[in-house]
Amino acid sequence: MPLVLALVLLFLTACSGPFPQTVFAPKSDFAVELDGLFWNIFWWAVAVFLIVETLLVIAIARYRARPGAPPPKPVHGHTLLEIGWTLAPALILVFIAVPTMRSIFATAGHAPEGALHVEVIGHQWWWEYRYPTLGISTSNELHLPVGTPVQVEMTSADVIHSFWVPALGGKRDLTQGRHSRIAFRADSTGEYWGQCAEFCGTSHANMRLRVMVESDSVFQRWVDQQRAAPASPAKGSREEKGQQIYRRSACIGCHTIAGLSAAKVGPDLSHVGSRGTIAGALFPNTTDALHHWIQNAPGLKPGALMPPQNFSAEDLDALVAYLQSLK
Amino acid sequence: MKSWLTTTDHKRIGLLYFWTAFFFFLVGGLEALIIRAQLAQPEGVGVSAEMYNQLFTMHGTTMVFLALMPLSAAFFNFIIPLQIGARDVAFPRLNAFSYWVFLLGGLFMNASFIAGPLFGAGRLSVAPDAGWFGYANLTSRQFSPGPNVDFWLLGLQILGIASLAAGFNFVVTILNMRAPGLRMLRLPPFTWMTLITQFLVITAFPVITIALVLLMFDRFFGTHFFLPAGGGDPILWQHLFWMFGHPEVYILILPAMGIVSEVLPTFSRKPLFGYTVVVYSGVVIAFLGWSVWAHHMFAAGMGPIADSVFAGATMLIAIPTGVKIFNWIGTLWGGQIRFTTAMLFAVGFIAMFIIGGLSGVSHASAPSDLQQTDTYYVVAHIHYVLFGGTIMGLFAGMYYWWPKMTGRLLSETLGKWHFWLTMLGMNLAFFPMHLSGLLGMPRRIYTYSRELGVADYNLVSTIGAFVIGVATLVFLYNLVRTGRRPVNAPNDPWGGATLEWAIPSPPPVYNFTVIPKVESRLPLWQTERHAPMTPLPARPLAPIHVPGGSWWPMITAGGLPVMAIGALAHLLPVVLVGVAVVIVGIYRWAYEPFEM
Repeated sequence: MPLVLALVLLFLTACSGPFPQTVFAPKSDFAVELDGLFWNIFWWAVAVFLIVETLLVIAIARYRARPGAPPPKPVHGHTLLEIGWTLAPALILVFIAVPTMRSIFATAGHAPEGALHVEVIGHQWWWEYRYPTLGISTSNELHLPVGTPVQVEMTSADVIHSFWVPALGGKRDLTQGRHSRIAFRADSTGEYWGQCAEFCGTSHANMRLRVMVESDSVFQRWVDQQRAAPASPAKGSREEKGQQIYRRSACIGCHTIAGLSAAKVGPDLSHVGSRGTIAGALFPNTTDALHHWIQNAPGLKPGALMPPQNFSAEDLDALVAYLQSLK
Repeated sequence: MKSWLTTTDHKRIGLLYFWTAFFFFLVGGLEALIIRAQLAQPEGVGVSAEMYNQLFTMHGTTMVFLALMPLSAAFFNFIIPLQIGARDVAFPRLNAFSYWVFLLGGLFMNASFIAGPLFGAGRLSVAPDAGWFGYANLTSRQFSPGPNVDFWLLGLQILGIASLAAGFNFVVTILNMRAPGLRMLRLPPFTWMTLITQFLVITAFPVITIALVLLMFDRFFGTHFFLPAGGGDPILWQHLFWMFGHPEVYILILPAMGIVSEVLPTFSRKPLFGYTVVVYSGVVIAFLGWSVWAHHMFAAGMGPIADSVFAGATMLIAIPTGVKIFNWIGTLWGGQIRFTTAMLFAVGFIAMFIIGGLSGVSHASAPSDLQQTDTYYVVAHIHYVLFGGTIMGLFAGMYYWWPKMTGRLLSETLGKWHFWLTMLGMNLAFFPMHLSGLLGMPRRIYTYSRELGVADYNLVSTIGAFVIGVATLVFLYNLVRTGRRPVNAPNDPWGGATLEWAIPSPPPVYNFTVIPKVESRLPLWQTERHAPMTPLPARPLAPIHVPGGSWWPMITAGGLPVMAIGALAHLLPVVLVGVAVVIVGIYRWAYEPFEM
């Protein structure tokens, strides 16, 4: 026990944030509910831990064998004690079970009327988001307005995934052929990290996500941007060359850019330039990262479906420039 | 050599189980060390994603099915007949069969590490890689096209046969072969926990067998039991797996609880406090253990009613578990405690298991669990239960019974090093996992971003894992070292109260010169009402018949991996050869003359 306490102290001093994916900074009603429940259980557990370990330490310290001592009294049991230590944990459990049941029903995943509807579809190994009422489709980075109830409906295109953004609440599995749901209302703006929590194959570790909780005006601007037609490059520009390359290469077989292609295997790229990250929130959306990603996706993200692409350096520059122009 | 291959002596089979399981324990430990080396720092590049996924799958599968269960089985085999005053188990040849099936199943599963070239896989290792609970539909042919999952589902079916055969054998043995006067409520607590465990085995293993057969049909014959595209349901797999999987947790922990309930009284010189309550709480745990499986599935979204029921039922398990812990402390209280290594491990069990039990309550609370499940927090929980609990208990049993099993005492000095290094290592390895999990680290990831801020915790965990590795080497040396020494253990080196201590160490092949008559729960101790049992005669009064060996259990067992290899290679004739071996083996076994 002293060892454990020493360890705790060691960690608290040795490690300090920021922890972008911690459960200890709840930022929604859902997450706050779970956080309260956790701490309630935690303090009961600490109390029980201290009582039991103290009794254990007293017993082994006090009753060590001493040479020449008479044999101990052969006690076989004690009915009152047995009843007592059966009832005591039962009583403590009442104080855990009642708030648990209350939380189960409070977090059952049904948002109030007028909530923003979002569909999350899991893919090996990226996230697709649809806003059916807004007509938007994007991936990996979810944008939400602060203070607005959100109804998230989830399913999977392939294996089971689990959508987990600790700051906004608990995880929920996405299963092909089923629809699961969570509901929450984010209470402060910020960028929150998340990650797939159910083992889903080779690149499970690389299936990450971000949630941008924004003020109403910022969110509305984002919505307008996403609903606009993709940027069309100026005649003769490098971006236009990139668009030509996109059009005549394998890209169109898997990706959507509104007006150019409508394939659904990979993420929708209509506004890929507006995203902060690529490849399942794995890399920052920079020129370099896009280069490397297009050249050798499976090398960076094992199992990724996009095969390595053999573009000339010039073509690749143009393609990346075009993708980045798709704000 | 021949006498070991054909043996039907429960003591020899117990030792075979022990060494085989200990070998697999080292293999599983090595896998854990590679995992920890990979995670020692962010963006680790030691092994590939594919290899990492194989390693954690095989670590879990190996530890559960090839190390912990069979290490318990080593004690069931060696100790149970001695504790109940019997000359052997009820079905000695079936017992040998269980062992050979277990050995071959384990080798079959691990052969996947080098079988790649046979399948043109382009890499050496094609070990199972879908996690030890192999969630559908990741295990379908579509998403796992290689032989990896086939090795897993066929290997587990083979191992299930070993467990089921042993389960029936020990239920019959314990119920029918008790010495005169050894009434049920005089059985030693280890025998009781073994009996409960075997009832769990024979009820839970059929469930996973069915699940594995359905999965096999999906993969080999194109059925759709778990495939939504064909109208099946991946959640069905989760229900079936955990209907087995949760009782399995108690299959792993109850024997260790039984061992602790033997060791504490012996080294406190006091009877087990609240014997009947400890026994019945074991029974209650087993019953409740059957009604809580879906607490592994809170994140699946089963709805509030199901979540409430399973959360409530799970919390109830804390009550009989707490009762056991209080009774163990009650046993220590007022005793005369001798800190042998066995006792240190038994007390360590209580101290560590409570941590796993308490984090278990936070998992039982469904909403709270939504932040914890599938993170390193749950990894910490299972390791405090299965390492801090089961393995500590098994180590206690090893130090306690090793002299009985081999006639040689283990070194207490090395034992104390082993204990303290294990305690230090396990807390360094597993305690920080609570924090890395809650700080956002999911389980089963081969890499993580430095920006998560969990690098330091992972480094400490890795250091702790290697400390456990050192501790285990100390223990291995301690074991091996005894082999080169003369027999030095008296009949009863510890002052134990149960029948196994009434006979020589190691016991003669017939165990008891005469079958003892039992008049109390603690036959070798002076109690208020009973004098210690009179010593048994040093030599048998009449010649004792012991069954000779038999080749047929091993040959019959050998047919099973042949069937599995045939299935794996999609070669029907090979499967039929395996079937023929099994049928002929059983036939010859059945008509084998009694005397050899």
